[in-house]
Amino acid sequence: MSTVSTETPAPPMDSPGFARWAWRQLTSMRVALILLFALAVASIPGSILPQRGNNPLLVDEWLAERPTLGPILDSAGFFDVYGAPWFAAVYLLLFISLIGCVLPRVGHHWRAMRGQPPAAPRNLDRMQAFTLLNVTQAPSEVVTRVEKELRGRHWRVRSSEDWISAEKGYLRETGNLVFHLALVLILVAVAIGGLFGWRGNVIVKEGNGFSNTLTQYDAWGGGRLASADSIPPFSFTLDDFAVEFERGEAQRGAPRLFEARVALQSEPQSAITEEVIQVNYPISIAGAKVFLVGHGYAPTFIVRDAQGEVVFDDDVVFLPQDGNFTSTGVIKVPDSTPQLGFQGIFLPTFALDDVRGPHSIFPDADDPSVFLSAWEGDLGLDSGIPQSIYTLKTERMEQIGLRALVPGQVWEFPQGEIEFTGWQRWSSFQIAFDPGKEAALIASVLAMAGLMVSLFVRRRRVWVRARPGDGGSTLVSIAGLSKSEAGDVSDDVREITRILTEEKGEDRP
Amino acid sequence: MTTGSSMGLAEASNAAIYATMVTLAIAMVLFAASFASGRRRQTSREVARQRAFGAGDSDGGVAVLDRPESSESVDPGRRLANVAMSLTWLATGLLTLALVLRGVWAGRVPWGNMYEFSISSAWGVLVVFLALSTRRDLRWLGLFVVAPALLTLGLAVTVLYTEAAQLVPALKSYWLVIHVSAAIICAGAFTVAASSAALSIVQSRREASGRQWMGPLSAVPDAERLRTFTSRIIAFAFPLWTFAVIAGAIWAENAWGRYWGWDPKETWAFITWVVYAAYLHARSTAGWRGDRASWIAILGLVTFLINYFGVNIFVNSLHSYAGL
Repeated sequence: MSTVSTETPAPPMDSPGFARWAWRQLTSMRVALILLFALAVASIPGSILPQRGNNPLLVDEWLAERPTLGPILDSAGFFDVYGAPWFAAVYLLLFISLIGCVLPRVGHHWRAMRGQPPAAPRNLDRMQAFTLLNVTQAPSEVVTRVEKELRGRHWRVRSSEDWISAEKGYLRETGNLVFHLALVLILVAVAIGGLFGWRGNVIVKEGNGFSNTLTQYDAWGGGRLASADSIPPFSFTLDDFAVEFERGEAQRGAPRLFEARVALQSEPQSAITEEVIQVNYPISIAGAKVFLVGHGYAPTFIVRDAQGEVVFDDDVVFLPQDGNFTSTGVIKVPDSTPQLGFQGIFLPTFALDDVRGPHSIFPDADDPSVFLSAWEGDLGLDSGIPQSIYTLKTERMEQIGLRALVPGQVWEFPQGEIEFTGWQRWSSFQIAFDPGKEAALIASVLAMAGLMVSLFVRRRRVWVRARPGDGGSTLVSIAGLSKSEAGDVSDDVREITRILTEEKGEDRP
Repeated sequence: MTTGSSMGLAEASNAAIYATMVTLAIAMVLFAASFASGRRRQTSREVARQRAFGAGDSDGGVAVLDRPESSESVDPGRRLANVAMSLTWLATGLLTLALVLRGVWAGRVPWGNMYEFSISSAWGVLVVFLALSTRRDLRWLGLFVVAPALLTLGLAVTVLYTEAAQLVPALKSYWLVIHVSAAIICAGAFTVAASSAALSIVQSRREASGRQWMGPLSAVPDAERLRTFTSRIIAFAFPLWTFAVIAGAIWAENAWGRYWGWDPKETWAFITWVVYAAYLHARSTAGWRGDRASWIAILGLVTFLINYFGVNIFVNSLHSYAGL
C-alpha cells in the first residue's frame, strides 16, 4: 500500500521482470484502494445501528421492536460491528496488503539510500522541466561547479566528465514507510489494549463507598487476557457530588459543573486522601483511571407494612431519561406480605401538562416530586431468574393505585404506606485500564510525523549535460523530474541556471 | 450574560454576521457574473500565467510567473472578479470580527455549539481560499467557495442560532481549542478541494467532448491543473485531519476513559480519514488519478458533512452535547 507508486526505483525495462513488477504494483494499489473503500463502508452500519459496546439497552429495545429483521442483523454481528468477523476480515486484509507492499519497499529504499542516482539519460529535453544554456566555461568546469553547489545543498550527486545526475528528497519515502509501519503499530497497540485491558462501570450514591473488586461493578468487561492482578485494590467513598446548571436564559439547564469529591484509599492499608474527580479530569491509580461519566438522583423512601413495621428504608437509584433529569426507577419490597413493588418517576423540578404528563423542566432539584405506581403480589424474585433492579415484573402483580408525592409526604394504602423522605445524588464512574494506550499514542505521533514528511518533502531528480557548442562555448542542458505526485522541479532547474549564469553572466539562447 | 455591555457585544457580533452575509452575497453575484461572462481574450501573458499555475506538473519549460496587467483592464469579467475578491476579504474580516466579539461575549473560544462551529467553518472555508489566493490566481474558484460559505452562514443564523452561554463541563478543556481549530481549518480545506475537484470533473468532460467551448468554463484552468490543485490542498488537509482525530482521541481518553470507542462521531471521522487516504492512493493508481480521484475528493467532503450535520442532529452520540 504505497502512497506514491512512482517513487519505487525504476523497473527493469528490458526484462519480463517489468511485467511482474507492473502487475504487482497495479494489483496491490488497486486492492488497497478497494479495501480502503470496503473499510469505510463497513464502518457505516455501526454508526447507524445501536451498538452493544456503547448502548446495550438500546440494542435490546431495537431488537424487541423488530422481531424479524432484528435477529438476522444480530446474527450477522450488526450490533457489534467493530468486533464482527467480517469487519475484522476487511481491516486484517488491508493490513496484510499494507505489510506486503511496505516491507519490500523498505528494502528498495534502503538500497536506494545507499546507492547512487541513476546515470543521466541521453535525451533531457523530454523531461518535465528543461532548459538550455550557452556558457563560456568548459564542460568539466560546468560539471564541477554544479556538483559542488548541489552537494552543498544536500543533493545526492553522481557525475562524470560531462554530466551530473542528482537526487534529493529521499526522506519522502522514509516518511511514507514510517507512516505505514506506524499504522501497523497502532493496530498492535489497540490489540494489546483489547486483550489485556478492562473497563467497568459503577454507580455510587453520596455517602457510599466503592472498593475496586469485580463483584462491586455494575458492569465490567475485560479482554481475553485481562487478569485480576491488573485491578488495583483501591477504594473510595463519594463524600459529595456537586453539580450546577445554567440558570440564565441562554441554554437554560445545560450542565456547568460536575464535581465528585471522594475519600480515596489507594491500597487497603494506605492513608486516605481527598480527591476531586471532574469531567475531563480523571484520577489515576496504579495504571487504572477513574472517570466521572454521569450522575442522577436517588430518592429515599420508607415503606411500612399494614402493621406499621418498617420493611424498606433506603435510597433508590433512578436513571435519568432526559436532559432535565426526569428519572425513572423501581422500588422492590420483598419483605412485606404481600410483596410490594413501586414504579416511580422522579422529577427534580416538577411540571405537568396534557401532552407530556408529569415531567421535569429543570435538571436541578428545585421542586422535587415523585410519581408512584404501587403494585402488590409476587415480585418474581424467587424464580431464580436474574432481574434488573430498574424494572418491575408486573405479570403476577396487581396495581394498587397512583399517587404523586413531595418530600415528607406519606401515601397510605390498605397494604401499608410509603413515605418519600427526600433525595440524594449518585454519580457513575468508569474505571478503565488500557495497557496499550501509551504505545498507541507514540505510534500515532510517529504516523503523523511520517505522513507530514511524506507529503511535504518533494523527491526530485535533476540532470545537467554539458557539451561543446559553437565557437568555444558550452551548451548546457538542464532538466528536472519530479518523482512525487503533483511535484514541481522548475525551481530547481531555475536554481541551477542561476548558478551557471551568475557572476560569469552569460546569455540565454 | 445579561449585562448591558455584554448584550451589546452579542448584538454587535450578530450584526457583523449579517454584514458578512450581505458582503458575501454581493461577492457571490459578482463572481457568478464574472464566471458567466466566461471566455476572454487569451493574451500570451495569460497563457504563461496559466502555465505557471501548477507549473511543471505535465508541461515542460520553466514558466515564469508574471501577473498580467494590461488584459484585465479591458475585461469586464475579470474586473467583476477583482471586486468580488476584495469583497471576500472584507467579508472574512467582518466574520473574524463577529467570531472575536462572540468569544469576548461568551468569555471563551467561540466553539461551544453548532451555531458557533458553523460560522467558524464558514470562516475556515474563506480563510483557506484567501490564503491560497495570495499565492496563485483563484478568481475562477471564488463562486464555488463563497457560495458554500454563504450557505453555511445562512443555515447557522436561521436554523442553528443559539445564544452564547458557558461551556458544558465536557467541553471545558484546552483540547477544545486544539481539536476544534484543526477541524475548522480542515472543513475549509476539504470544501475548497471538493469545489475544485467538481470543477475538474466538469472540465474533463468538456475536454473529452473535444469541442471548443465559449462558455464560462473557458476561464477555469484545465482539468489536469485543477486535479493538481485539489491534491495539493488535500495533501495539506489530510495530515491536519489526522492530527484532529489524534487530538480528539487524546481528549476522549481524558474525558471518557477510552481513546477510541466507535462513537458515531468518531466512526465518521474515521470514514472521512479513510476516504481521503483512498484519494491519496487513487492519485497514484493507474486508471484512478483522473476523474475517479476527483469523485473521491467530493465523497470525502460528503462524509465530513454527514459527520457534522447528520451525526450532530440525527444520531445519539457522545458528541451531541454541542447544543443546536
